Amino acid sequence: MSRRIISVLMENEPGALSRVVGLFSQRGYNIETLNVAPTEDESLSRLTLTTMGDDYSIEQITKNLNKLIDVVKLVDLSEGYHIERELMMIKVRAIGNAREEIKRSVDIFRGQIIDVTQTTYTIQLAGDAEKLTAFIGAVGEAVILEVVRTGVSGISRGEKILKL
Amino acid sequence: MTVTEDTKVEMLSGGDMLIRALSDEGVDIMFGYPGGAALHIYDAIFRQDKVKHILVRHEQSATHAADAYSRVTGKVGTVLVTSGPGATNAITGIATAFMDSIPMVVISGQVPSDKIGQDAFQETDMIGVSRPIVKHSFMVQNPEDIPEIVKKAYYIAASGRPGPVVIDVPKDLTAPNVTFEYNYPDSVSMRSYNPVQKGHSGQIKKAVKAILAAKQPVIYIGGGAIHGNTPELVTKVIRTLGYPITSTLMGLGAYPSTDKQFIGMLGMHGTYEANTAMHKSDMIFAVGARFDDRVTNALEKFCPNAQIVHIDIDPTSISKTIPADIPIVGPAESVLTEMLPLLEKGKGKIDQEALTSWWVEIDESREKHGLYTQNRFDDKSEMLKPQEVVQAVYQVTKGDAIVTTDVGQHQMFAAQYYMFDKPRKWVTSGGLGTMGFGIPAAMGAQFAFIDETVVCFTGEGSVQMCIQELSTLKQYNLPIKIININNQALGMVKQWQDMNYDGRYSEILYEDSLPDFVKLAEAYGHVGIKVTQRDELKGKLEECFAMKDRVVFMDIYVDPNEHVYPMQIPLQSVGDMFLSKTERTA
Repeated sequence: MSRRIISVLMENEPGALSRVVGLFSQRGYNIETLNVAPTEDESLSRLTLTTMGDDYSIEQITKNLNKLIDVVKLVDLSEGYHIERELMMIKVRAIGNAREEIKRSVDIFRGQIIDVTQTTYTIQLAGDAEKLTAFIGAVGEAVILEVVRTGVSGISRGEKILKL
Repeated sequence: MTVTEDTKVEMLSGGDMLIRALSDEGVDIMFGYPGGAALHIYDAIFRQDKVKHILVRHEQSATHAADAYSRVTGKVGTVLVTSGPGATNAITGIATAFMDSIPMVVISGQVPSDKIGQDAFQETDMIGVSRPIVKHSFMVQNPEDIPEIVKKAYYIAASGRPGPVVIDVPKDLTAPNVTFEYNYPDSVSMRSYNPVQKGHSGQIKKAVKAILAAKQPVIYIGGGAIHGNTPELVTKVIRTLGYPITSTLMGLGAYPSTDKQFIGMLGMHGTYEANTAMHKSDMIFAVGARFDDRVTNALEKFCPNAQIVHIDIDPTSISKTIPADIPIVGPAESVLTEMLPLLEKGKGKIDQEALTSWWVEIDESREKHGLYTQNRFDDKSEMLKPQEVVQAVYQVTKGDAIVTTDVGQHQMFAAQYYMFDKPRKWVTSGGLGTMGFGIPAAMGAQFAFIDETVVCFTGEGSVQMCIQELSTLKQYNLPIKIININNQALGMVKQWQDMNYDGRYSEILYEDSLPDFVKLAEAYGHVGIKVTQRDELKGKLEECFAMKDRVVFMDIYVDPNEHVYPMQIPLQSVGDMFLSKTERTA
């Protein structure tokens, strides 16, 4: 079992997303993260999902995704060199000494504080999923008020592209 | 600028465009049931006479009839239903077609666009409800798109691995008072859908080598051999090789069942010779079959010595349950066309000595426990046996009828004892196993071939699931013959309860509530004939089939304790079977 990042180029049509998501529940595969948005060509959406599976189940997943009429192309990014990023916005309680401490952690993780009140910070952090999880550990769960993560997006390194 | 004749465009309403597009697509018959959201479309049907509409008595039957129409003709079946309950009633038939890869287009009315999402009267999210059981679906958003959507729907349904496609049409988009330019596209291309046209030549060569090198080969064909319109080609390949061939329930008829090379159906109720040959085989050559659980039995024990060559048009069917050693993704027709000359050229490499002793072994199996070397049921018993009913129907119809079935013991007996020498004569719900399929399917088949004999094997359980279609049969004069193999219980469930639940018959009996089927048939204006004795069977069947222009309902009472054998032993190999109530393979 390993974690895979599957990136899908699909028709930007109503119902397309539900077909992808439905396929996973119908066939008993799980989705760990999912994000989707139109590309520079508005008729196409790029969907990225992460899932856990062995070679057999990943092969079945990619074959079944390819079979969906709305899916134009897809790639298992984890098969090659790639970059993955996820964006997190995290709201934490920040009072007294903790304010300075949190600020230092944000700097270390190269995040940004994007909203401030007398009692809270809202921090933005981008990176791979592991880094975001590490930051949550670093600030300590006690002070976390809210966490929003976008789920993983990914792209292949170098000349390799996923395009029509 | 001058306007020439051919630039003149026709202006049609959404409803008219829809029916016109069907006609331009070549649809001559559709099965359906009207209702509020589909009324504009029904009005458009009234205004033309190219596309004939058949009024069924329940939307499930419309889908089964269209499905069977497709199975016997190879064309795409067409269904029209209204929103809400009309759409949901069609679901079972759509799922049936989906599981058996039958091309079908289902048009469902939908509530008007501005009411969608408001829980309007007879509103159901048809696209959502049908999503897991369709090949694709379309929600019409602009009436101008209707011709293109229809074109795409039929293209998708029929190409690649066929399947059902739903078109959901909100009522306002079919309104008669607004018209649009009508143009039916000649062709369609979709960047996201390009079904494979050809197998990989390298893989084909590899496969040919493996096939020719086999010493104990079995050719295993499925529904794909029929959908691919390849029976002749399949037959040539099989005859060239001289190898034994078995078929799934769905593939029956692709190769002549009475031919010596045919070793019977395989799987849960397959023949002894087919299942044991599969288990011992060193090379399985699968064409359009998907190694499903009703064939393989326990996956880890499946054909331990066999190398697997697998041709399928759908890559998801390959290595899904059983890993293929030499997979070939492609249409059976083009792959076999490429393969045939290679096999002919190389057939000198076949080890004829090994093949001969392989045949000796198979013929011994046939002699020992085969269904066709002697009767494996008690044909002297006090009560009629279901098997002999099928045998008798086979004789009386000279093996030339189109046969539909419902689901259960009678279905398996029909598959075992009616020998199909031609494709597209056998119409059964294989994947989904839908009770209620038989009569509507016979209806659809009879519409396709009005002069042919259409037989529906059913049981007193299944037949009551769509029995209302006796009325449709009357309205359209469809003289199907219903063979009700009446064992007064849900026989297949009973068999399982006998075998696995110590004979605890939970909810399989009707307690004297069975209708008098003869009177019931008569009430619908048909002929009913009851049979209880062996010596009257043949005569009554002859009487039945002589009534060419009448529906005849044969209510034939058989031994309620008969089981279907062989039956694979659960969790064992493909070759482990119960052979009767007292015998089993070692």
